Amino acid sequence: MKTIALDLDDWRGHRAGQHVDVRLTAEDGYQAERSYSIASAPEQGLELTVERLDDGEVSPYLVDELRNGDGLEIRGPIGGYFVWEARDMRPVFLAAGGSGVVPLMAIIRHRIAVGSSTPMRLLYSSRSLDDVIYRVELDQVAANDNGIEIVHTLTRAQPEGWSGYSRRIDNDMLREVAWSPSESPSVFVCGATRFVEAVAEGLVGLGYDPRSIKTERYGGTGG
Amino acid sequence: MSGFISRGFRGRRREDAPEGRVPPGQYLTDDFPVLSAGPTPHTPLEEWTFEIRSGGASVSWTWEEFRALPSETVTVDIHCVTKWSKLDTVWEGVPVETLLERVDDDSPYLLAFCDGGYTTNLPVEDVLDGKAWVAFAYGGEPLDPEHGGPARLLVPHLYFWKSAKWVRGFELRNEDEPGFWEQNGYHLYGDPWKEQRYWGD
Repeated sequence: MKTIALDLDDWRGHRAGQHVDVRLTAEDGYQAERSYSIASAPEQGLELTVERLDDGEVSPYLVDELRNGDGLEIRGPIGGYFVWEARDMRPVFLAAGGSGVVPLMAIIRHRIAVGSSTPMRLLYSSRSLDDVIYRVELDQVAANDNGIEIVHTLTRAQPEGWSGYSRRIDNDMLREVAWSPSESPSVFVCGATRFVEAVAEGLVGLGYDPRSIKTERYGGTGG
Repeated sequence: MSGFISRGFRGRRREDAPEGRVPPGQYLTDDFPVLSAGPTPHTPLEEWTFEIRSGGASVSWTWEEFRALPSETVTVDIHCVTKWSKLDTVWEGVPVETLLERVDDDSPYLLAFCDGGYTTNLPVEDVLDGKAWVAFAYGGEPLDPEHGGPARLLVPHLYFWKSAKWVRGFELRNEDEPGFWEQNGYHLYGDPWKEQRYWGD
């Protein structure tokens, strides 16, 4: 994982949840383009958090090769649907699988930056504690008790004395952690396809209005 | 920013990419990534209909009636706006022309509507003459719900969001009104060879 902060003269701002396209150009003109979620709140400029995919083409360059001071060609912000607006007062349920936490972090950061009191819960599934992205920041957010609750599940390895969940997200977990559908929550789910399918279907099964569930899936190929 | 070079970038080119089949900015994948804005709908086939709305009138087919229409098996390349392209995908579906023949309407545009509230807009001429199908099988198998089953639109010459999943019908229109993704930042037409991805392309 690597977080890249971009220093842009003419960034016209973004909304929490949007992404950008990154385009790389080799000396002979060969180009490769991929989309990356924005990790920063709109109030914080533009930061991307990129997961290195071993079979990828753009992410290994961004994680291994890109250095401070290098230029990067980007396009965006893109996407007008998977977006949370601070004026939306409904409680928010966020479900993240792995690096799917990135656009959800932008939502959490935006809520804090604008001083919103909208209740938020993040259910975050990682393989192990070491795989938890933004771990220190999330611990601080949870400790501040400002209406944001963070629930982790560690699916492959748990540290000694781990008292949290230690399995993939299932319907029982959703029933325990997600808001009651009667509170008309808005929902953002981001992760790999299997994860998103399981969470979205689970929530519909619990009585959530399908139209209140916004999903973003990582194809997980070639990035 | 033309002329920009990414320092140290060489790329992982695919030598097997056949010339002229991968549009600019796309990469080849052998997987079939899933993209959708919300939960996957599961409409039982006995409740499924395909409906064409034309002015005040409408024509519709039940699943059985739809499946009794003559269908075609086609092998096409598909291109997703999220940059992946997949070559030689095999689909079975009913040509859109066959469906539109049933209505007497020369409106120039249509809005495809779907389970889940998703819509997409298309010029009618882009779905005639063997350019578009309502597909119900992929790779010889019934179309998986994740990939748009029981039936999705297949318009391979445009970015794949135009091949709307879970399609349930068309509304014929005189004006080209933006559908769901088109209202959310994506191009009104979506030609991958012109890289018409987003607003302003």
